[in-house]
Amino acid sequence: MNETFLRTEKLSALFNGERVVKNVTITFQKNKVTAIMGPSGCGKTTLIRCINRMHELIPGAATTGKIFLYDDEIGSINPILVRRKIGMVFQKPNPFPTMSIYENVIAGYRLNGFHLSRDEMNATVEESLRKAALWDEVKDVLHRKGTFLSGGQQQRLCIARALAMKPEVILLDEPTSALDPKATSRIEELIVELKDAVSILIVTHNTAQAARVSEYTAFMYLGELVEFGSTKKMFTVPENSKTEEYLMGKFG
Amino acid sequence: MGTKNTKRYKDRHERKEMIFRGILYLSSVGILLLLIGFFVSLPLDAFESIRKFGIGFAFTRIWDPVAGNFGALVFIVGTLVTSCIALVLSIPFSISIALFLGEYFREGIVSTFLKSAVELLAGIPSIIYGFWGIFVLVPIVIDLEMKLMVINDRILPYGVGILTASVVLTVMIIPYSASIAREVITLVPTDLKEAAYSLGATRFEVIRRVVLPAARSGIIAGIVLSLGRALGETMAITMLIGNANRLPDKLLSLANIFVPINTMASVIANEFAEATDSLHRSSLIYVGLLLFLITMVINITGRYIIKKTSVSIDE
Amino acid sequence: MKASSTGYRIIKDKLFISGVVLFSFLSIVPLLLILFYIIKNGIAVINWDFLTQLPRPMGEEGGGIINAIVGTLMLIVIACLVSVPVGVTAGIYLNEYRTGKIAESVRMAVEVIMGIPSIIIGIIAYTWIVIPLGSFSALSGGVALAIMMLPVIIKSTEETLKLVPNTLREASLALGVPYSTTIIKVIIPAGLSGIITGILLGVARVAGETAPLLFTAFGNPFMNYNILEPVNSLPLLIFVYATSPYQEWHSLAWGASLVLVVFVLLMNFITKLVTRR
Ligand SMILES: Nc1ncnc2c1ncn2[C@@H]1O[C@H](COP(=O)(O)OP(=O)(O)OP(=O)(O)O)[C@@H](O)[C@H]1O
Ligand SMILES: [Mg+2]
Repeated sequence: MNETFLRTEKLSALFNGERVVKNVTITFQKNKVTAIMGPSGCGKTTLIRCINRMHELIPGAATTGKIFLYDDEIGSINPILVRRKIGMVFQKPNPFPTMSIYENVIAGYRLNGFHLSRDEMNATVEESLRKAALWDEVKDVLHRKGTFLSGGQQQRLCIARALAMKPEVILLDEPTSALDPKATSRIEELIVELKDAVSILIVTHNTAQAARVSEYTAFMYLGELVEFGSTKKMFTVPENSKTEEYLMGKFG
Repeated sequence: MGTKNTKRYKDRHERKEMIFRGILYLSSVGILLLLIGFFVSLPLDAFESIRKFGIGFAFTRIWDPVAGNFGALVFIVGTLVTSCIALVLSIPFSISIALFLGEYFREGIVSTFLKSAVELLAGIPSIIYGFWGIFVLVPIVIDLEMKLMVINDRILPYGVGILTASVVLTVMIIPYSASIAREVITLVPTDLKEAAYSLGATRFEVIRRVVLPAARSGIIAGIVLSLGRALGETMAITMLIGNANRLPDKLLSLANIFVPINTMASVIANEFAEATDSLHRSSLIYVGLLLFLITMVINITGRYIIKKTSVSIDE
Repeated sequence: MKASSTGYRIIKDKLFISGVVLFSFLSIVPLLLILFYIIKNGIAVINWDFLTQLPRPMGEEGGGIINAIVGTLMLIVIACLVSVPVGVTAGIYLNEYRTGKIAESVRMAVEVIMGIPSIIIGIIAYTWIVIPLGSFSALSGGVALAIMMLPVIIKSTEETLKLVPNTLREASLALGVPYSTTIIKVIIPAGLSGIITGILLGVARVAGETAPLLFTAFGNPFMNYNILEPVNSLPLLIFVYATSPYQEWHSLAWGASLVLVVFVLLMNFITKLVTRR
């Protein structure tokens, strides 16, 4: 039942020669939610940005080690193809300001020059917005600018935009940190609903959120993967003392 | 996706990206080449004159196309004199505008009006200033000359000359120094001013002791940059300077502010299209080369001062 | 401090602000005068014929400035065709490679080109284009104007793109959109109004330029649509007519001045509208 679809092997990430992710080896399960926790600056964002090869876009950035998506080593695939299979949602909602809600959802197709028929487009937009639990709220205003929506709606629009590409996995980098509690719980519900359709990696500062939404949790500290296992286990009997301190709110 | 397919996609994709980056690169390098082109082309086209007259060209006051004798001293003097008069005249106006907009009345209808008016002043083409000068200013200056009886060695007053050109030039450069001065004055930190107010200083004292000293180098930079504009200004000057290729005999007489002369830019504007003789043409380009170098030095100095101040303001 | 000296200080304060206000408003008196004369003398000659007819030979009444209007538009179009593609792509380059050696020197070059007197740009266009082609031409005039527009366009493109949030670029790249497409379809549309402002500012800067056209576009009393032949332009026409001894030509020059000023001010106004949105 558990199938590993994504794994890293001794992955390190560097900024200008300084290692900020150190020798991380980790496996991710298909159709599960995996949370990545850790104090600020420990390398969570950098780790997931390595996975869709966004890390290498920063001048002075480099990686060593390997990442496998099924049997393909992603370093050998064109980054553009990698990113189409691995979607990403950012900390701050970032819908394209010049595009309508509709255009935002199918932006991945439009911008990549894929030609879809009108029906296919309509179907993709509706399906993605439904999956992102946004359809009912926006179905009458599809042709208004995405930037008119509330922050929480914008973030769900960004999730829909990522889902529309039918990725293997989506990476969520603190997707609720810019949102109010109500919008946050809406997104958390959504994450739980979504995992049947897509695997999810979520970076979060909020231990309670990790406990609520994830099946697996990774705890990082100073660039190293300190502990990784099932969420239930980690929150009840953490193996590492650092993990325990973190969960008790001692730092970070 | 099969590997073969992937590879073909990859090639096509990479070629497209390379072409795109190549275009960006070419445009940028093109800008560099354009500037280098000025540095190569001007000396090359002025070469005949440079070889014949050398550096002495800049210190020779004879400009005689018929005899083939050329020197740029008259035009250099004309350019410096008109620009400096304009610069001095413009300072009280531009600093007043800068204080008005940057210190006294930062908001409100009146400052919006003044601000737009100054922008309009900067937007009006040079040719319009010249044209207006000919028909409105020149008669006034002729009157003035008659009243002052400075018609000593001439029969009739011209109305065109150094004074007329400098006055119009003053109006034209006010907006530039004013806008830069306004910016630096706005940037003077409030707590600095409040410290002075709390000691009982009047507004004037705060401006004199705190605002102007803090904004000093920015104001100077604005004045330097407006000098750069004044030096290169062509059309209005060409129409109002009187186009005489000789210096007055008694150099240090106040009556000289009415004499017609030529500036470096105006002599090129006047004679270039008609200069069929190659030495004449290359001498005009030599004048252009000198003007190019002078304005460049002035502009780089101004920018340098600005860069230094904006750093010190950030600190 | 004694009371009398306080009074003296307050009087000085009052005097100073009066001086500031006085000098500020004195400096816009010329503007009002210029606008007044141009409108007064210009309105009198502007009518349908003036805008649609060719100039008449000396001595005949009437005639218009259509050749100069068409010539000015031609020069602006040529200038835009040359400067917009180069300027926008160079601006993109500067924004993408902010700290590179080439970017630094290009930025420096842009500043220097910005300060080159327009008459010198005329000389360059003359030696680079008029001499090789063997005649004055609209093309050479347009190129001269393009050189003057370039720095304005490059600077405003760079400034605008700098303001486009990096999160947009990341959103696009994370969807697997190639770099070039991201720039063209995401970054540029997001900064479009700023880029257009830059182009309009550039046009406003060159529309009234005369000096670089004196020995490039040269002027032409007839209508010309051929870019390899000399053309007239509004500023050139004003220059020739204003410095001529003929009364009728002077009034045509006032009319042309009004047309030119309205055009330039309109450009500035549109620029403001675009920036405000
Ligand atoms: N662009 C960059 N250039 C240089 N160093 C960087 C850059 N981005 C991040 N770093 C460094 O890399 C380390 C890891 O950063 P990262 O953003 O991955 O941390 P994080 O765990 O996501 O933190 P947070 O919880 O605050 O988002 C930090 O020490 C940071 O200073
Ligand atoms: Mg982070």
